Amino acid sequence: MAIRVQAGDFDVGAEYAAFTAGRTSVGGVAMFVGLVRDIAGGASVSAMTLEHYPGMTEKQLETIAEEARRRWPLDDVLVIHRHGRLEPGDRIVMVATASAHRDAAFESCRFLMDWLKTKAPFWKLEATSEGERWVEAKESDDAAAARWAE
Amino acid sequence: MKILYFAWLRSKIGVPTETVELPAEVATAGALVEWLKTRSPRHAEALANSKVVKVAVNQEHVPYDHPISSTDEVALFPPVTGG
Repeated sequence: MAIRVQAGDFDVGAEYAAFTAGRTSVGGVAMFVGLVRDIAGGASVSAMTLEHYPGMTEKQLETIAEEARRRWPLDDVLVIHRHGRLEPGDRIVMVATASAHRDAAFESCRFLMDWLKTKAPFWKLEATSEGERWVEAKESDDAAAARWAE
Repeated sequence: MKILYFAWLRSKIGVPTETVELPAEVATAGALVEWLKTRSPRHAEALANSKVVKVAVNQEHVPYDHPISSTDEVALFPPVTGG
């Protein structure tokens, strides 16, 4: 299990290769990569700055990853989340899950993203054509996380 | 007690962190938010809508009735928007 919070970019292919190297029991890997969009709420976005709470961020991501491993039979979990200034098209986040079977990989990958969006202490500040603004949390994100309640 | 602020709470209050001497009657996260509102007009404005003021104690999300003590690290922030 690896959790990384970093300013720099990551190489999805290299991460996938490292994630699966030497693991012959893995039958499937599910991956999600989140990117910076160039439009939000009708305004064009020129950049996004991700602030986070160092220490708590890593702690929350570890808790979320451990919860995924408790719920599904996973061989491994990878979470990479960037912070700092990003531009449209830049990668923000990558989640990968490996399991013997696809259902566990697909479901846990989605679970990780849904929980991460409501629990990991990150905040997005967008630079738009209408000025800077903090992104507001969406009720749809709360609903997405809520459906995983046990 | 050390208090950390993030995102628009930080910019509205004007500092990323501050150290406060808590009165004995301020014993929960919710009571702390109410008490912080009295520190300055900036605090009052930033913390006005408690629906969008979340609290973490020692880096764990907590509800407003969670107890706090002077040795805790307390953070106040808006709902998170990562991912």
